[in-house]
Amino acid sequence: MHSPETAPTVGVGDRDRLLGWLMLSPALLYIAALVGLPFFLAIALSVTSATVGDPTIHGFVGLQNFVHVMHGSAFPLALRNSVIVTVATLVFTLVLATGESELLARHFRGKWLVQILLILPWAMPVSLAGVDWLWLLDSEFSPVDWLLRQVHLLGPGTPFGPANHLYYYGKEWLGLGSIVVINVWRLLPLATLIVLAGRTSIPRDIFEQAQVDGAGFFRTLFSITVPALLPILMVAGMFTALLVFGDMTVTALTTRGGPGYATQALPYWAYLKGIDGGALSEGAAVALFMFPLLLAGAILALRIAYRAESQGDRS
Amino acid sequence: MRVLRRLGFYIALLLFTLFAVFPIVWMLITTFKQDGDLYDIANNPFLYNLPPTLKHVTFLFTDTNFPRFLWNSVLIGVIVVIITLLLSVPAAYSLSRLVGRWGERSGVALFLVYLIPPTLLFIPLYQIVTFLRASNTVWSLILVYPTITVPFCTWLLLGFFKSMPRELEEAALIDGCSRWQAFVRVALPLSLPGIATCIVFAFALSLSDYIYATVFVSSAASRTLSAGVPSELIRGDIYFWQSLMAAAAIVTIPLAVAYGLLFDRLVKGFQTGAPNGADA
Repeated sequence: MHSPETAPTVGVGDRDRLLGWLMLSPALLYIAALVGLPFFLAIALSVTSATVGDPTIHGFVGLQNFVHVMHGSAFPLALRNSVIVTVATLVFTLVLATGESELLARHFRGKWLVQILLILPWAMPVSLAGVDWLWLLDSEFSPVDWLLRQVHLLGPGTPFGPANHLYYYGKEWLGLGSIVVINVWRLLPLATLIVLAGRTSIPRDIFEQAQVDGAGFFRTLFSITVPALLPILMVAGMFTALLVFGDMTVTALTTRGGPGYATQALPYWAYLKGIDGGALSEGAAVALFMFPLLLAGAILALRIAYRAESQGDRS
Repeated sequence: MRVLRRLGFYIALLLFTLFAVFPIVWMLITTFKQDGDLYDIANNPFLYNLPPTLKHVTFLFTDTNFPRFLWNSVLIGVIVVIITLLLSVPAAYSLSRLVGRWGERSGVALFLVYLIPPTLLFIPLYQIVTFLRASNTVWSLILVYPTITVPFCTWLLLGFFKSMPRELEEAALIDGCSRWQAFVRVALPLSLPGIATCIVFAFALSLSDYIYATVFVSSAASRTLSAGVPSELIRGDIYFWQSLMAAAAIVTIPLAVAYGLLFDRLVKGFQTGAPNGADA
């Protein structure tokens, strides 16, 4: 990698640097205006008493909003559920993406069709995916319930009975489980794309050597593929975690946080408080709770990725 | 042993495919069902117990704002893609080549921007949009969607430019090209696969947003597919299931075909993008 000091032929001259800043500044200004500014506005809002009716930032109330939302009965559940759903989705998605990319790294007939079918969930806008799953796990007409009834797992006198329906979105753990399944379903294609990108850049001769040495499929997977994939798995994991943790759409369209607050999540709770409930400042306070958690997760993932990569360079 | 392995391979492939397509198959079956068939609990839900009908698809196009939503989404998507490319292609090139070491290592900073999700920003952005008198228009969404697409695409393209050999541009510089010309004539054509990946992702991200589209726009005339379809076809306790499923299918299937055919290209986009982004 060249650095400006050692680049032998053409270094980064002053004119280049000026051009560089000119090319960079539109994006930088845009991000500053529409991410940076709103981020600080969110912090400012969270320490005032602003509402939808009176949205101006005045009336400093200190940390009162934070204290108030933390003492509500919804907040602890929302925090818990956000963490549980994100971690569970992350684990399942990464395991499945490793498996799926292992399959797609090979050549087979009709691969193009399989690729279209596998990417389908990701092509669907999230809210429409939510509607699709709302209907798929409908309280009365769910075809999953019907299948379970056919194989005598559901209904009077069966393991999941005696009711004829499971009421997926009406129960705490079944609701959370459903949300995890929906998130895994919709994010698996993206995670697979990312992992596959890492998978195909592992040198082929490593696998051939392993085969010559007589290593079986699972041995190759765990002692060669997974360690080599670790940095890219972290990248895939970060995208997955971000997209789950920050998402309110799935919750908003399926369980709506219910029953009670049992499946509530931080982003949707922020939306309900801030927009539906009109308490802008409290909504902003709830939303801000997401940031330190996201930051901690990202730092952790980047460190693991960095360490794995520098170890890979050394060996 | 070989046969067993092949069998395992195809079974695994089948299971993954089933998981992906089962909800879609259910969506397609529902689309063409008559009410009397759909809402009879005694029926096998996977079969047409009454003849299939196109009634609910026609309803979607003639009696709802669906065509309007479709038009809004495509319009917003195209403009957002253009804005995203105009902002992130020069920014990524500049970071990888022109602003020194600091720029090369800015992958993490870009990621930090990506760390602030829409659900954290929607309240202050709602105020900004209202302040600019843009609420209830498609322009409010065109204004904010690049906040999602620009960091992501810049990060992806940064990896692309970094993996590109510098020698080509340096040769152009020695031949008397200016730096700008070297960018336009040498670097830009070589980064086309990365740009294609960006186009796909920027469009997908803008299409998929639900929170901004719901919060900023309340009039049906300016809504997008994501926000409009659920609000228009779920009226209180009444769900227009067949039309909802038809809408989802009409949006999803063409996109899936496009993404599926671009699959290898998307993988390539991440190949150069991701590992470099992680070590930055």
